[in-house]
Amino acid sequence: MDSTTFSLFQIDIVTIFQHLINGLTLGGIYALIALGYTMVYGILKFINFAHGEILMVGTYFSLFLFNTLITGGKTGAVLFILFILALLFGMAISALLGVVIEIIAYKPLRKASRLAPLLSAIGVSIILSNSAAYFFGTRSRKFTYPLDNKPFNFFGLSITPVQLLTIFVCFFLMLGLKYFVDKTRIGRAMRASSENQNVASLMGVNVNKIISITFAIGSALAVTAGVLYALEYKVSPTMGTMTGLKAFIAAVVGGVGNISGAMLGGILLGILETFGTAVLGIPVGYKDTIAFGVLILILLLKPDGILGKNIKEKV
Amino acid sequence: MLNLLLLVMILLGLYIILSLSLNLIAGYTGLLSLCHAAFYGIGAYTTAILSVHTGLSFWLLLPISGLVAAVSGVLIGLPTLRLKGDYLAIATLGFAEIVRNVLTNWDSLTGGPRGISGIKPPVLFGYTLDPLKKVNYLILVWFFVAITFFVLKRIMESRFGRALEAIREDEIAASSMGINTTKYKVVSFSIGAFFAGIAGSIFAVFIPVVVPGGFDFMLSVTILCMVVLGGMGNHIGALIGASIIYIASMLPQILGFSSIISPQFNQIIFGLILVIMMIYKPDGIVGRKKPDFEKLIGASLKKEVSR
Repeated sequence: MDSTTFSLFQIDIVTIFQHLINGLTLGGIYALIALGYTMVYGILKFINFAHGEILMVGTYFSLFLFNTLITGGKTGAVLFILFILALLFGMAISALLGVVIEIIAYKPLRKASRLAPLLSAIGVSIILSNSAAYFFGTRSRKFTYPLDNKPFNFFGLSITPVQLLTIFVCFFLMLGLKYFVDKTRIGRAMRASSENQNVASLMGVNVNKIISITFAIGSALAVTAGVLYALEYKVSPTMGTMTGLKAFIAAVVGGVGNISGAMLGGILLGILETFGTAVLGIPVGYKDTIAFGVLILILLLKPDGILGKNIKEKV
Repeated sequence: MLNLLLLVMILLGLYIILSLSLNLIAGYTGLLSLCHAAFYGIGAYTTAILSVHTGLSFWLLLPISGLVAAVSGVLIGLPTLRLKGDYLAIATLGFAEIVRNVLTNWDSLTGGPRGISGIKPPVLFGYTLDPLKKVNYLILVWFFVAITFFVLKRIMESRFGRALEAIREDEIAASSMGINTTKYKVVSFSIGAFFAGIAGSIFAVFIPVVVPGGFDFMLSVTILCMVVLGGMGNHIGALIGASIIYIASMLPQILGFSSIISPQFNQIIFGLILVIMMIYKPDGIVGRKKPDFEKLIGASLKKEVSR
C-alpha cells in the first residue's frame, strides 16, 4: 500500500489514544455547556442564546477572584483550594445571573410566539458580551495554572494535570446531574415540567421555581466548563459565543431535551473536532466548519438527534 | 459632514434591501433564517472575485451575483427547510458560519482575512461611477431599493405571495389546500437570497474592498431585528425598521459623539431595545398587515360577475 495515500492507517495506536484524550477533554467541556441548553430546551422549548455569554461572565468573575486571592504568591495545595473557591464563586454568580435573566427577559414571553424569546435571548447575549467588552476590556486574559502543569507520561501518552482535572470534573458533574435528575424529588419535578407544565403544576410542582433551578444549575455547569476551558485557552468577551454555539450543536447531535444525549453529543463533537484536524488533516482554519457540518448532517439524517425521541407532528 | 450623511444614506439603502428581502423569508413565509448576511457576503464576493479576475462589467456582475446567491439559497434551502422554527434558525446559522469560514480560509480565491481590493467601479454610458463621488451611488442604491420594494410588493400581492402567507399561518392546512410547501419555501428563500446578493454586489463596488469580517452572525441578527422592529410581514415595516435601527446606530457618529460613546455602549442599547421590544411590543412598530378577506373575496366575486 502506498504510504502517502493511506496516511490514516499509518498512525500508530498511541497517537490515536493521544487524540482521543485531547478530544475527550474538549468534549467534556462541550458536554457540560450542552447540558444547560438541553435542560432549558426541555422545559421551555427555546434556545437560550445567552447561555454562552453567561458562561463568559461567570468565568470572568472566577478569574478576578482567583487573581485577587493569589496575590502574594501561593503554591501547592493552597493554590488549588483557592482555585476551587474562585470556581465556586463564579458558579454562584452565574447561577444568580441565569435566574435573573430568566425572570426579566424570558418569563414575560412564555406565552408569546416562539420567535420572541429567541430574539430576547439574542438581545441578552448582545448586552452581556458588549458589557464585558466595555467593563473588562477586549484584551484576552489567562488563568494562572492552579496545578503544576507538567505532563505525565503514561505508556507514551502525554497527559497534562489540567486535562486530567477537566476529564475528572466533567464526568463527576455529569454523573451528579444524571443522579439529581433521575433520583431526587426536584429532578422528578423537572422531568414532569418538561413533559407538561400544566399537568406538573396541577400535581403541586411549582413550575416557576423549577425553571429557576434549571437556569441556576445550567449556568453553574457552564461556568465550570468555562473555567476549565480558560485553563487551556483564554478568557475574552467573545469566548462564550463560539463555545456556546458548538455546545448547542452538541445538544442537537445528542437530541435536544435529552440529558444523556447532551453528554454523548458533547463528547462525540469534541472527539470529531480533534480527529478532524489531527488525523483527517482538515486545515485548522476550517475547524469550526467540522462542527457546523456535523450539525447540518445530523439535522438531515436524524433531526431529533442520536438519542432523541421521534415526535410525530400533531394537527 | 455631508459626506458622512451621504454614506449613511447609501448604506441605509443597502440595509433596506436586506431587510425587505429577509422580510419575504421571515416575515411573509415565516422561515426564521439567520444566514442573510451569508447571502449578502456571497453576492459581494461574487462581484469582487469576478471583477478582479475577469474584469466583467458591473451590470453583468450584478445579476450574476444575485443568481449565485439565489442558487446557494436553493442549495441550503432544500435540505434545511424541512426543519422548523428554532432548528431552522440554528441550521441556517450553521450554514452562515461555514460560509464565513470558507471566505476567511480559502486564501487563493478570497484573499483570506485581508479580503479583495481593486474592484472595478461600474461604468454607465461611458461615465465611470467613482466611489468617491457618493451622489452617484446614492442614486444607484435607492434605484435598487425602489425596484426591490415594488418587485417584492407585487410578489406578495400575487397568488404565489398568498401561498407563502398561507404556509406561514398553517403549513399543514396550506399543504392540504394543494400548496407544494417545500417548493414554495425554497423559492421564497432563494428570492430573498437573490436580493441580498444584489445588495452585496452594490456594496462590493461601492466600498470597494470586501473582507470576511463584515458578513457575520451579528449582521444577520441585526437584519432580523430590523424586520421584527418594523413588523414582520409588512414591507413598510421592514423599511421603517431598517431606517430606525441603522440611523440610531449611526447617531453618535452623525452628531459627533462617537469619541464619547463607545461602540460597545451602542450595542448594549441595541440589545436592551431588542429585549424591551420583545416584551412590550413583539409585533413591531407597524405590525403585521392582516389580509383583508372581504376585499379578496369581493374582488374574486366581481370577476365572477363580470365574466
